[in-house]
Amino acid sequence: MSVKLNTRQVGDVSVVDVAGRITLGEGSSALRDTLREMVTKNQKKILLNLGDVSYIDSSGIGELVSGFTTVANSGGTLKLLNLTKRVKDLLQITKLYTVFDVHDDEASAVRSFA
Amino acid sequence: MTFLAGVIYSGHSTSRTILGSARGSARVTGNMPDLARHGSEAVERFLDSTLASVDHAEEIASGMAQLAGFDEDDLMKIGIAVREAVVNAVVHGNRYNANKKVRFSVVKNSERLTVRVADEGEGFDSEHLPDPLAPENLLRTSGRGIFLIRSFMDELEINRLRAGGTELVLIKYKLAK
Repeated sequence: MSVKLNTRQVGDVSVVDVAGRITLGEGSSALRDTLREMVTKNQKKILLNLGDVSYIDSSGIGELVSGFTTVANSGGTLKLLNLTKRVKDLLQITKLYTVFDVHDDEASAVRSFA
Repeated sequence: MTFLAGVIYSGHSTSRTILGSARGSARVTGNMPDLARHGSEAVERFLDSTLASVDHAEEIASGMAQLAGFDEDDLMKIGIAVREAVVNAVVHGNRYNANKKVRFSVVKNSERLTVRVADEGEGFDSEHLPDPLAPENLLRTSGRGIFLIRSFMDELEINRLRAGGTELVLIKYKLAK
């Protein structure tokens, strides 16, 4: 049970399409490694497309938070796109929904980085 | 909680299934009638302290919850709560120690689903856990497990075991409150 990550560029925004389950183990560490690599490559505008994330546990939430902080500390911004109802509910009950900038449309999400 | 005398040894040397079922497809002996009448079913496993056990426990609990008639939303909540409890047992309780097991059981009856997760660790102070919703903790990368269990289950008991270790008891009621 793991996660699939696909990275693409839309202008100067790096979009990471995440699919599967972000849970303790392979799933959360794959996301962590990808985000760290992007920060190392000085990518400042990162959009996580979580449209195909069916499931996230507290470790997965931890990785989102860690990614958010790491990117912010390097002077960049990490935003979220296309939350499923389940992921949105989880972020709401953990009071993280308002911490992240969440979008439901890719084009406007990309524009919002300007 | 009564575990029935029908014991089926699976292929894994580390697991033992005690299964009581009203359906009669399992070999059951002993004090069966009461639980059979009430449509109860119980599963107990001794899981290794690995992340694979988290998946395994989630499957068992979700399967039982589905049989018990919980809806999709509750199935997801039970699955997440069980995962969090078993992760805590494996990672914090037993610290992945191959010599330590996680005792995992699921019991369903007409009223509720009860999941017990016990580790062989050193215990922890459950009364003074940092609040993950407090502003100073919001951006911490861990510490939300117990909170999620409480959010998704109807009851959570945290018991310090006399023999050492911690037992979490997670209960979800079937009827609307």
